[in-house]
Amino acid sequence: MAELLQFVFSGLTVGAIYALVALGFTLIYKASDIINFAQGEFVMLGGMITVFVAHAGVPLPLAALFAIVATTAIGLALHRFAIEPARGATSVALIMITIGASIFLRGTAQIVFDRRFHSLPPLFGADPIQFGGAAILPQSLVVLASATAIVIVLWLFIERTIFGKAVIATAANRLAARLIGVDTRRIVAFSFAISAAIGAIAGVLITPIALTSYDAGTLLALKGFAAAMLGGIGSAPGAVVGGILIGMFEALAAGYLSSNYKDAVAFLIILVVLVVIPQGLFGRAKIERV
Amino acid sequence: MAIAAIFVSVPWFFPSAYYYRIGVLVFIFALAVAGLNLLMGFAGQVSLGHAGFLGIGAYSVAIGPTHLGMPSWFCLFAGAALSAAVAFFVGRPILRLKGHYLAVATLGFGLLVAIVLTNEAGLTGGPDGMTVPRLTLFGWSVRGSDAWYWISGTTFIGGFVLALNLMGSPTGRALQAIHDSEIAAQVLGIDVARKKLTVFIISAVYASVAGSYLALFNGHVTPDVAGFLRSIELVAMVVLGGMGSILGSLVGAGLLVVLPQALTIFHEYEQALLGLILIVFMIFLRRGIVPSVAAVIFGWRK
Amino acid sequence: MMILETDRLSIAFGGVRAIDEVNIAVESGQVFSIIGPNGSGKTTLFNLVSGIYTPDDGSIRLAGQTATGLAPHELARRGLSRTFQNLQIFYRMSVLENVMVGRHRHERTGILADLLHLPAVTLQNKATDAAARAALARVGLADFAERSASSLAYGALKRLEIARALATEPSLLLLDEPAAGCNPVETQEIDAVIRSIVKDGITVVLVEHDMRLVMNISDRVHVLANGRTLAEGTPEQVRSNAAVIQAYLGIHGSQEAIRAFD
Repeated sequence: MAELLQFVFSGLTVGAIYALVALGFTLIYKASDIINFAQGEFVMLGGMITVFVAHAGVPLPLAALFAIVATTAIGLALHRFAIEPARGATSVALIMITIGASIFLRGTAQIVFDRRFHSLPPLFGADPIQFGGAAILPQSLVVLASATAIVIVLWLFIERTIFGKAVIATAANRLAARLIGVDTRRIVAFSFAISAAIGAIAGVLITPIALTSYDAGTLLALKGFAAAMLGGIGSAPGAVVGGILIGMFEALAAGYLSSNYKDAVAFLIILVVLVVIPQGLFGRAKIERV
Repeated sequence: MAIAAIFVSVPWFFPSAYYYRIGVLVFIFALAVAGLNLLMGFAGQVSLGHAGFLGIGAYSVAIGPTHLGMPSWFCLFAGAALSAAVAFFVGRPILRLKGHYLAVATLGFGLLVAIVLTNEAGLTGGPDGMTVPRLTLFGWSVRGSDAWYWISGTTFIGGFVLALNLMGSPTGRALQAIHDSEIAAQVLGIDVARKKLTVFIISAVYASVAGSYLALFNGHVTPDVAGFLRSIELVAMVVLGGMGSILGSLVGAGLLVVLPQALTIFHEYEQALLGLILIVFMIFLRRGIVPSVAAVIFGWRK
Repeated sequence: MMILETDRLSIAFGGVRAIDEVNIAVESGQVFSIIGPNGSGKTTLFNLVSGIYTPDDGSIRLAGQTATGLAPHELARRGLSRTFQNLQIFYRMSVLENVMVGRHRHERTGILADLLHLPAVTLQNKATDAAARAALARVGLADFAERSASSLAYGALKRLEIARALATEPSLLLLDEPAAGCNPVETQEIDAVIRSIVKDGITVVLVEHDMRLVMNISDRVHVLANGRTLAEGTPEQVRSNAAVIQAYLGIHGSQEAIRAFD
């Protein structure tokens, strides 16, 4: 029982990160129909930039803030220089562009930083809390709380502000949104910025637990994407649910089956979801009109 | 024909075995890329996990001789057959998908292959890989870049010819039609699902043979051969050389093999450069080098 | 002989009954037109008959044999072909190649022969080329054979789709708004093409908005409104049917029309 609780908690923690990555995917997809593979790199950059800036002597909270701002800027640059010029490209071409961007960021990170693993000091100390026989890191609770907070803030923003309404309109029908005066290009740029920020925050939060390195982004992106697909791409609650589910499946598989294959869980889920219910749990199937 | 002429004459200019080695690598990758090009450029599908088949071919000639005592050349064919079978079982459900769904499904497939290869250490030697016994044909041990140059070169030319044949045939026209409008193709009597599966299997076999050659040539294989980065490299070669142009496969493979070798300082920048190339080409030169150059040359003729 | 019959055919999309219990019966060798206001389900009916949608209810019979739920390529093998309202031309191929794809049903080489370019393939390519050129000649596009499909004018593309469908040697041809977007001259050309097709014994089912074309060329007309059959009969019968006039022009409009015809 204690073992199960342990797995559940680690599953929830890593699931929260996947949920944030998935949210980033979903936000950009809703605004522009683009699958942004560089999403994982945003998480990596959040962690790595914080580490190196803190190393240079900057106090940790400021380093983290800087990292988040810098990553957001990178997200905007990605949109401005790689996505915008490719307007009108097929969805596959756009995926390849974002994959190219992801590899580019990875490669650059490898040069600018280094190839080693890095960590950050946890927020509330490293002593695990005992709960029902399981040991939970305080940082896990920080991750869960922050993820919840971000989801709520995002939801409030989308539902309650004019800008949020504009995002919904753009997501529903881009041409119609433009016709009523929404600057869809700014909305898409904005979605990149927010996704980058969310990713960076996730990166800062998870590095104390899971470490980070220049190539941590790829695996995260793929699992986050699996989560978004599972929940139904285009559905924000779906992304969150999907992330938690994938985290849980992974933790349980690692605990009860084989820890070597835990990475395979997410990919197996992608394949199964795509074949059986391509629209995911909360998505809607598209009907092709001839 | 021109390729054959070049292929035969170029080695006269090689000052050292090192150049043969590059030639071998170019032909090996060009073979894999040609197959991928049939799938992506010609039939309009997408595969972001094609290195998975590279891996199956590579490990077949490693595991077969080492653990099962079978001769290498037999394992090469067995690997190709295995790849074809895997392509059949995986392709049937996922080729129904389109656009980014298909892209991600193939991505997942490639990653699963890489994970299995990494984890089954008892069979595959794990992350550090395993040694591959040299190919022996009729008692003669095939080693040396020059021998492999001829082998890989002729195989590529063979694959090139087969691909060209396919493109000018009824099946080829059907594949092109599927690329432009699946629904019209169906209505004209083309069994779209079956054709897609056929070209997927063909491209898998091309990749498998290329992977086997790579393993036999290098004498060593690691799970990276099936990894994500490798799959993207293949796609980049397709994009660079020209989607749908088999000649472009040679150009794309050539550039992406030669560049890192020629500019060794770029080894650090390799990934960043790869990403940049993908971005730039997908935005500005989507058709790739060969078709763009051809358009310019033939455009002038008109 | 009834070449196409539907029996209580129905399909709904998310709660909207796009086609509701529609029965049609097309005799071999006829020109059968389906008309109706926008949104009445004409193209949906085509998509059902050509296998692109699967009906929720009802059945379809081709030449007396059940054809419900068959995939488009299987229906093609039974002699059905169609054109599309939104052109589905293979833009990357030449005009001739587009039509050559239409010959697929009659091509006999397998994948191995294709890969190895056996002599059978050379012969097949020649035969396909000749048949495709013949089809192009029938719609008046023989001179455009080598041009890229993307370079053709809209009216020519419409005829190209017809040529491509003809190349399959169908017994039943569904034409989805062949004259849409065509000027009067192009419409006349389409009219002539359809007549020549019918003379060869091919049954033509037409969806069309151009009333003059429909009235001139049809043997029977079937009117759809809101997914349901409104009327059916000869062109004259349908033209003077009050319910039909009302569906198209509305109550006031139809009263005006009656007054105009008096």
